[in-house]
Amino acid sequence: MIRAREGFVDAYRAAIGDAFVASRDHVDELTVTVKRDALVDACRIARDKFGYQQLMEIAGVDYPERPERFEVNYHLLSVTENHRFRIKVTTDEDTPVPSVTGLWPVAGWLEREVFDLYGVTFAGNADLRRILTDYGFEGYPLRKDFPQTGYVELRYSEAEKRVVYEPVELPQDFRNFDFLMPWEGAEYRLPGDEKAVGQAPGAPSPAPAPSAAPKVDAKAPPAQPKTTDAADKTGAGAKTNKAAARKSKAAPKAKGEGQPKGKKS
Amino acid sequence: MSETLDIMVGAPNQQAGPKPTAGDDTISNYTINFGPQHPAAHGVLRLIMELDGEIVERVDPHIGLLHRGTEKLIEYRTYAQALPYFDRLDYCSPMCMEHSYVLAVEKLMGLEVPLRAQYIRVLMAELTRISNHMLNLGSHIMDVGAMTPNLWLFEVREDTLQFYERVSGARMHANYFRVGGVHQDIPESVLADMGTWLDTRMHLFEDAISLVADNRIFKQRNVDIGIVNKEDSLAWGFSGPMIRAAGIAWDLRKSQPYEVYDRMEFDIPVGTRGDCYDRFMVRVEEVRQSAKIMRQCLKEMPSGPIGTLDRKVFPPKRAEMKQSMEALIHHFKLYTEGYHVPAGEVYVATESPKGEFGVYLVADGTNKPYRCKIRPTGFSHLQAMDFMMKGHMLADTTAVLSAIDVVFGEVDR
Repeated sequence: MIRAREGFVDAYRAAIGDAFVASRDHVDELTVTVKRDALVDACRIARDKFGYQQLMEIAGVDYPERPERFEVNYHLLSVTENHRFRIKVTTDEDTPVPSVTGLWPVAGWLEREVFDLYGVTFAGNADLRRILTDYGFEGYPLRKDFPQTGYVELRYSEAEKRVVYEPVELPQDFRNFDFLMPWEGAEYRLPGDEKAVGQAPGAPSPAPAPSAAPKVDAKAPPAQPKTTDAADKTGAGAKTNKAAARKSKAAPKAKGEGQPKGKKS
Repeated sequence: MSETLDIMVGAPNQQAGPKPTAGDDTISNYTINFGPQHPAAHGVLRLIMELDGEIVERVDPHIGLLHRGTEKLIEYRTYAQALPYFDRLDYCSPMCMEHSYVLAVEKLMGLEVPLRAQYIRVLMAELTRISNHMLNLGSHIMDVGAMTPNLWLFEVREDTLQFYERVSGARMHANYFRVGGVHQDIPESVLADMGTWLDTRMHLFEDAISLVADNRIFKQRNVDIGIVNKEDSLAWGFSGPMIRAAGIAWDLRKSQPYEVYDRMEFDIPVGTRGDCYDRFMVRVEEVRQSAKIMRQCLKEMPSGPIGTLDRKVFPPKRAEMKQSMEALIHHFKLYTEGYHVPAGEVYVATESPKGEFGVYLVADGTNKPYRCKIRPTGFSHLQAMDFMMKGHMLADTTAVLSAIDVVFGEVDR
């Protein structure tokens, strides 16, 4: 349980000036978004003026739909004020984030990890190598567009007496069950949904129901009464109409059009 | 491959020019490879060490040999399915890993946990701390040359694993904590046995420690080795016994108490010099304090439910499911769809046996975490290896490494 620090946000906002972008207090946790270029100053002020001596964690998050897709979160801890807060900056694939290794040596590996897993670069980090992934690994595995199964797998080859890298081959397609309730606003198409397009309303499929059902007055007579007066009105298609127009041999010869008997409207 | 192998075979470093040393001959710096399979590396750690004679000039730890992509896997699992991955992070203290995660989810959901569940969690977390320290202290002693104490300490560790099994059904990967409580209740007999065990078996630990705590050889290997002062330990992001050995009385159980730690009476041991011996002795005292906390838990353990009664989060009892259709539906929904966590982000840290273990959780309102960043304890400590080892002898590597208490399950994730 961490107690809120009274008046800290306002004081911090005044101290960092223009660098301040936004702040959010959610479930007793304070997040301050700052401008990327002013990150080092914002961190230095937090450390020197407000007593946040420790940088505990740097966490990247990927939001592919945003223009600046990456968030980098710096979790600061004050052991004297007994308080934590989070400094957030955003960036994209190409723009480097200023490194805070000059303030905290611990940032070295933490930044390496964000670089390794997200491809975010840090300007000023002298040792920006990959850290968690394999030697010679390609890609940034924690990006949302990187598949969970990865691209390469390795095995020990008895023939070559060494470990060989091969493209991932799945005996079964990757399956991802999310079990979200489809009738509670899940935003995806279930397999088979494509068949439902243009299907009649009321069919057992998620086809959209018509916005206003046509009104049917059961008692009123239909606007155009259904008849089979003419041979072309059998209602069973052109073939039947033609057959109906053919005159029966048994029928008495009549002049004019061949109209069936006893059918008067 | 070729580049990495070249530095493994111990070719003399070309950059370092001839430099006069103590002897008559000039010795150029040597680069050697330590690990990745080394009995004193406590897992798969590869150290590239640059030596001047037997003096370590530079250490470059290569980690990630046990990287399993836990954070990526968790993004594809529901909140309940993600829990077992935490056991496999620091496999020497599984329940403490689960602890941070369930607290993070509960914080986002604003969930109240019944008192008995909180007591059980604290009890098990402290049992885990004893279990973890038994392994670490034993292997630390063994790494600096003593054999016997490790065997004795493993006796105690075996007991803790037996309790693990009796409580959760598994010796290591317990998967016992749940969002909203714990999986099963602890039978009274097990609680009673724990009390008896604390009274009768902890003397094994005291005996083992008495062999080394004042031992001349042990002190020669540990005192003044890997000294880190207060300022450096803050700057390098130290936590847990590492920062306490440096003299900073910082313990999340006291300063930011979670669960029922604010009801417990215990002391925080601190070191004075910040060397490997202090780290060892801090852990020794922590074991005693953990035993003290366990006794208090056993004494005050209230009765009541072991999980929240919110059936949208915590499953109903098996017996209830036989009678009630609603309970059956709840169970089905919880084990297929799971629960939804409101959107938001949260960073929750607990005092794991090795230090601050944090979970930074970003939820997007669905049944799966959008992002789950795990803050391992050993990561920052291991990074400071280079800084701590500078100027020490090669043989001190094992002592420094043991005093860090590094486990690669959590460092590599």
